[in-house]
Amino acid sequence: MAYSDKVIDHYNNPRNVGQMDKSSGDVGTGLVGAPECGDVMRLQIRVNPETQVIEEAKFKTFGCGSAIASSSLATEWVKGKTVSEAMEIKNTDIVKELALPPVKIHCSVLAEDAIRAAIGDWKKKNGVGETTQVAVVAH
Amino acid sequence: MSTLEISVAIPAGVTLPIYMDNHATSPLDPRVLEAMLPFFTQKFGNAASRNHSFGWEAEQAVENAREQIAKLIGASAKEIIFTSGATESNNLAIKGIAEMYKERGNHIITQVTEHKAVLDTCKRLEKYGYRVTYLPVKADGLIDIEDLKRAMDDKTILVSIMFANNEIGVIQPITEIGKLCHEKGVIFHTDAVQAVGKIPVDVNSMNIDVLSLSGHKIYGPKGVGALYVRRRNPRVQISAQIDGGGHERGMRSGTLNVPGIVGLGKACEIAGEEMTTEAARLQAMRDHLREKLETALDYVEVNGSWEHRLPGNLNMSFVYVEGESLLMGINDVAVSSGSACTSATLEPSYVLKALGLGDDVAHSSIRFGLGRFNTMAEVDYVADKVIGIVKKLRELSPLYEMVKEGIDLSKIEWAAH
Repeated sequence: MAYSDKVIDHYNNPRNVGQMDKSSGDVGTGLVGAPECGDVMRLQIRVNPETQVIEEAKFKTFGCGSAIASSSLATEWVKGKTVSEAMEIKNTDIVKELALPPVKIHCSVLAEDAIRAAIGDWKKKNGVGETTQVAVVAH
Repeated sequence: MSTLEISVAIPAGVTLPIYMDNHATSPLDPRVLEAMLPFFTQKFGNAASRNHSFGWEAEQAVENAREQIAKLIGASAKEIIFTSGATESNNLAIKGIAEMYKERGNHIITQVTEHKAVLDTCKRLEKYGYRVTYLPVKADGLIDIEDLKRAMDDKTILVSIMFANNEIGVIQPITEIGKLCHEKGVIFHTDAVQAVGKIPVDVNSMNIDVLSLSGHKIYGPKGVGALYVRRRNPRVQISAQIDGGGHERGMRSGTLNVPGIVGLGKACEIAGEEMTTEAARLQAMRDHLREKLETALDYVEVNGSWEHRLPGNLNMSFVYVEGESLLMGINDVAVSSGSACTSATLEPSYVLKALGLGDDVAHSSIRFGLGRFNTMAEVDYVADKVIGIVKKLRELSPLYEMVKEGIDLSKIEWAAH
């Protein structure tokens, strides 16, 4: 399969690889996917309690090149955004940016799920009310 | 920022990219090409032309090839039928026998890790009223002879079990299967595409009645294969599936692909002469590759029996790393993966699943297929490259991190999607 240059770039130089202390109050963790499906993403965010701005993001991904690139891109995109801005990131934006072929769209869906799961975890920890409906994306 | 680009020094004598996928296809041996060339231009005759020298020349070349092929598998030349390749050979064998012996019975036995050319042929026959038993395999990839015994009944006309598997390289107990079939009066067909030319094959001592083989897996040309059909003890008859001019004793019509057939013959001749030394060389390289990978990496598993295996095959899972991402990191090395992401169906390898491996392990598998033109220097390069990329990808793998922290992944409720 021929990958776009952007996928190759994220694969070769993944951004924001790592982990943060998931017990920390300002950290939200999203773990999505399943080993049997061939992809698991863990995306973490550190949120400034005053401004609700995501100041740091980390990921680790088990999956194909597109899955690695999608989650790497997701960490770049959420950084600097407020929590509610980050909720606006759509999988279709990721597909577009990385020029993912149709068979790899599920990787972008998983990245969107990971962002939402991380934000959901942070909200739960911090008792932040659901201002927007968090859809459980079944796919 | 971490980088996934692995720089491994290219040893002297190694040119990139490296081809290490010889189960898929193999490069044409220059000696085979040399033998074929005259039959495209000067010696272009139709082997069925009986009344001029062009035809005689072509026919003689075809008969010579028949001898070369027969010799490699211990058959006689008259028992060799030329086809377009092993897919056609398998179709012709199974459909042709099913049709010819339908008065005797309608039951066929095969097994789950066969090539699709066998499995899908059997599935089609099921639509036409045949009954097919798909035997399971054990964790080592081999069938249990007792299962085969139990599956046979008085309606069984055919057993089709592959000689060696194309993914995991495991060699089925062919002699025992053949013996059992002959005791029960059942025809035994084997898809021997991966075995012929690599390991000794003898249709008589192994009780094989019908055997499929292919040119391009043994350093011969694509688009040519053969079917061995036993003529004595017992005589096996096959209904033609392609009608026409009655070539190949009426079993397979169509003008013979003379250059291809000459190439297949030459490839068989070379394989026969060099098999012993080549097998030893391939096995040494394969063992070295395994040892190097196992020494440097944890959580690696060999898939399928190690003892009953083709000399050039190594199928390994690099657990907690997904296969396609691994291939992406070694893009100057041609190997295959059982990962879903590398297949058209998005399903992980049905062969690996049949061994009872979890989907996660199947997703992590790589098939190394060593062949005649690989060198030890290439093996070293490939091993270093794989080790580097697996380590890097594991730094990126949440699963590897969790396992290292002592978390039992099977206890986690994954949100399967």
